Amino acid sequence: MTASLFGKSIKRREDPALIQGKARYTDDLKLPGMLHAAMVRTPYAHARIKSVDTEAARKMKGVAAVYTASDIETSGIPGVVPVGWLLPGLKTPPHRLLASDKVRYGGDAVAVVVAEDPYLARDAAEQVWVDCEMLPAVTEPAQALAQDAPQLHQEAQGNIAFDWELGDSQAVDDAFNKATRRVDLKLRNNRLVAFAVEPRAALADYDASREKLTLYMTSQNPHVHRLLLSTASLGLPEHKIRVIAPEVGGGFGSKIPHYPEEALAAWCSMQLERPVKWTATRSESFLTDTQGRDHHTTAQAALDDQGRLLGLRVKTYANLGAYLSTFSTAVPTYMHGPLLCGAYAVPAVHCNVIGVFTNTVPVDAYRGAGRPEATLLIERVMDLAAQECGLDPAEVRRRNFIPPESFPYATPLNLEYDSGNYQGALDRVLEMADYRDLRQQQERRRQDGKLLGVGLSTYVEACGLAPSSVVGSLGAQAGQWESGEVRVHPSGSVSVYTGSSPHGQGHETSFAQIVSDRLGVDISQVEVVHSDTDQVPFGWGTYGSRSAAVGGSALAASTGKIIEKGRKIAAHLMEAAVQDVEFRDGNFMVRGSPDSAQPLAAIAGAAHMAHNLPEGLEPGLRATTFYDPENFTFPFGAHLAVVEIDPDTGEVKVVRYLAVDDVGQVINPLIVDGQLHGGIAQGIGQALYENAVYDQGGQLLSASLLDYALPRSHHLPSFELDRTVTPCPHNPLGVKGVGEAGTIASSAAVANAVIDGLKPYDIRHLDTPFTPEKVWKAIHGGE
Amino acid sequence: MFPTSFQYRRAETLQEALRLFESCQDAKYLAGGHSLIPVMKQRLAQPDCLIDIGSIEELASVEDAGDAIRVGALVTHARLSSDPLIDANCALLQQAAAQIGDPQVRNKGTIGGNLAHADPASDLPGVMLALEARIHLAGPGGKRSIPASEFFLDLFTTAMQEGEILAAVEMGKRPEWGNCYLKFEHPASGYAVCGAACSLRLGPDGECRRLNLAFNGVSAVPFAAGRVAEVLTGSRLSDEEIKRAVEEHLQVPEPLNDSFASGPYRAQMARVYARRVLAAARNQMT
Repeated sequence: MTASLFGKSIKRREDPALIQGKARYTDDLKLPGMLHAAMVRTPYAHARIKSVDTEAARKMKGVAAVYTASDIETSGIPGVVPVGWLLPGLKTPPHRLLASDKVRYGGDAVAVVVAEDPYLARDAAEQVWVDCEMLPAVTEPAQALAQDAPQLHQEAQGNIAFDWELGDSQAVDDAFNKATRRVDLKLRNNRLVAFAVEPRAALADYDASREKLTLYMTSQNPHVHRLLLSTASLGLPEHKIRVIAPEVGGGFGSKIPHYPEEALAAWCSMQLERPVKWTATRSESFLTDTQGRDHHTTAQAALDDQGRLLGLRVKTYANLGAYLSTFSTAVPTYMHGPLLCGAYAVPAVHCNVIGVFTNTVPVDAYRGAGRPEATLLIERVMDLAAQECGLDPAEVRRRNFIPPESFPYATPLNLEYDSGNYQGALDRVLEMADYRDLRQQQERRRQDGKLLGVGLSTYVEACGLAPSSVVGSLGAQAGQWESGEVRVHPSGSVSVYTGSSPHGQGHETSFAQIVSDRLGVDISQVEVVHSDTDQVPFGWGTYGSRSAAVGGSALAASTGKIIEKGRKIAAHLMEAAVQDVEFRDGNFMVRGSPDSAQPLAAIAGAAHMAHNLPEGLEPGLRATTFYDPENFTFPFGAHLAVVEIDPDTGEVKVVRYLAVDDVGQVINPLIVDGQLHGGIAQGIGQALYENAVYDQGGQLLSASLLDYALPRSHHLPSFELDRTVTPCPHNPLGVKGVGEAGTIASSAAVANAVIDGLKPYDIRHLDTPFTPEKVWKAIHGGE
Repeated sequence: MFPTSFQYRRAETLQEALRLFESCQDAKYLAGGHSLIPVMKQRLAQPDCLIDIGSIEELASVEDAGDAIRVGALVTHARLSSDPLIDANCALLQQAAAQIGDPQVRNKGTIGGNLAHADPASDLPGVMLALEARIHLAGPGGKRSIPASEFFLDLFTTAMQEGEILAAVEMGKRPEWGNCYLKFEHPASGYAVCGAACSLRLGPDGECRRLNLAFNGVSAVPFAAGRVAEVLTGSRLSDEEIKRAVEEHLQVPEPLNDSFASGPYRAQMARVYARRVLAAARNQMT
């Protein structure tokens, strides 16, 4: 028996291959006879297609085929990428693999060229002539909703996809009638480019003799992609499609959706009966990968004189882009609305979200997906409430927190928060920062004309997606359970199959820690298999901070089944009663008789040889669990940012960043801290640097790394992290999830810090990102 | 990213490079490749032929030319930022080169390529003006040299003629001068939204004897703030004098305007950075 590694900071097993360049991503794969696809796009964000002339391209040497929408239609396949979450009254205009009547955003492809090499494919793509009539474009909800606005889809009049509400409007009205104070806020949550370092890619290999398609692709959820490819895009039965996600270089949500390009590569391979590869260029990533956020919100909060929130009303226009991406409808609604109370006991809430089509890249889940938007809003409201009531921001939060003794806590927005101690996290971060001293420092600096800002943000996120019946009742066209299979081989080593599909999270390490701990097997004897639909029973994938809480719990449950079966076999071999056999430190033994100990390997051998098994017991030692969680999990925490603002230039620098997070039990602190570091950096990116900007015609102006600013190491301070541990009460590991926590909290902490820093200039609110010119104008006034 | 197809030729001498250029249709000279290759990958430039001048030895040296330092076109930013001769005599160039891009860019990118590309947001053009550099050109019609102030004509446009190679840059030695290059960096690209270069000499009495102040990133071409320099020459460069001179005499020609920084804001940053580099260069001498 080796000491358990559960809860230990072991180094990631994934990293040696990644660091040495030995990991193989989709674009690294080469198959004999492989062709290369390139997409033909138009220079317009909105245009009517009159004709597509492929003649010249087709005739070029080395070009295997050029296809347009009519070729796809002729082939008789379903030919669309569908939305995966339905809302009442949702308009679902079709999103075809290639645009046939109109292009609706700059990334809409009208033809695909397949050629012997990627250079030729692009040369030929330049020879496809698209005759189209440019149409006026809309990029902002207010433009799209205007009376005479250009219409994107005939199926969605007024460019409205949905009009959704949640909460009790009457109760909110009553709260405002009782309120003695109120806060009004108009907020734009800026649009972000997801920016995975590895661009999207697909390598399709159709074997005509077996009528089977193998598709290597950049995916966070290969089984979901297989399902949608089968039923909506290709019409090929699921058992004839194998989706494999090799090494995947980040996703942040952008590799959840089902896109046209991967399906087109597959279809081209089926037509040509040769492998076809498509890899997005960086420009194509900017132009086609789903983007994040983009909410236009107005909110009103009702308060009493003590600064307690009595009610909250929120109205948001969510810019959905040109089409409904796979989970685009869930993100601004169910992933957002129910979290609007944050960590606070707000008795009455009402939220109305209107989803709007515009001629921009479709928007879908982006790290945090709806919850950072909710957090930014409620945390800005809390700071404004503090100002309104003349309270310190920490004090107003303290007065509104859900107290630790009231868990499980039913919110007015249909969630049941599982466990928490919100005040505890805030107290800890204030202590770490020496908050009182920080405020005095700020005062001194102000007297010297220097601008120092201190910002708080607390958060609660619903993650660990999710009870299937709940999401089903809310419109999901998917379950949210997870599979986990554990196979103990005859010699005692273990293979683990998970339906989670990592793309940087380190499952091969942390899931091995879970199984090694539970089975008492050395971690070197545990392999984690994932991301292959022909190997893994089924899976819903990795997103929504669900892998540990749902996928990990499935594995924990399977190890329990292995141990149960092992006890039966051990009892039989030891001629003891099953109830007298215990499993401890990797050994089965008769209780109180350590001499009888038999390691798991011995029992696994006996199970497979099956020479002497209890009557009625099947040979083999494997177990599969389809774990459906009872509830979401609710990580929480408190973050504090300190910023310096240069009044001459408007530049903002984060000089200290402190965070206390509670993500339940921790499997691997090193991985958890890594997730927090990346997440915090990403949220600071939204607050200070990142912004997807479109011009009037719908062209993305921030379409390269020359213009779109991601936070870099020299922009960031060294983070000061701590955590509290409040276990999740309803899953076997007690884990809650950490993938999104940092991002959910940090944009709001920085926003509050910057606006706090600008207090001497009487600034009540500014929208993210706080770019230098925006801040400078706020300080110096005017245009 | 996939460029269109092109021919590749390598020249071993300056003469061979010029000859190859004459013999090719639509050719471009390639040095470190850090300006040209990215635009080729985006198919914004589609030359038929690249003439690699990267191994021409005569373009790769830093020489002491008596009163001046002569820097060959192929000298990399990394060498500019570490060469002792440059450090001792043209510290402003050393400072600015050290702020270009990242180590990989500095190891490959060259001074000649940088200047010939004439990106307004690049860090070296303002320095060339502030150091009153001369640009040496070699072309089919022979050699010539022009002052840096006549070299930059517009965005990505220089006084170089078809087929000419930027061979070297020559700057007077400034061993006892105060120097400062500071930039307001674009958070995405690292290029200068406003780059200010200042080089100045004080007399034994603490009075400013000579002063150069120039900018890149602010307008389509780098510009020298001659009027500010004039007004401050003879002054003691007090903070108050600097502030007044900048406020009253800094003229910014047509500032650039983009989604990150508007024209008026850029012009204001030029004023802020002017004050900062003037004070920093002065402080080096006192």
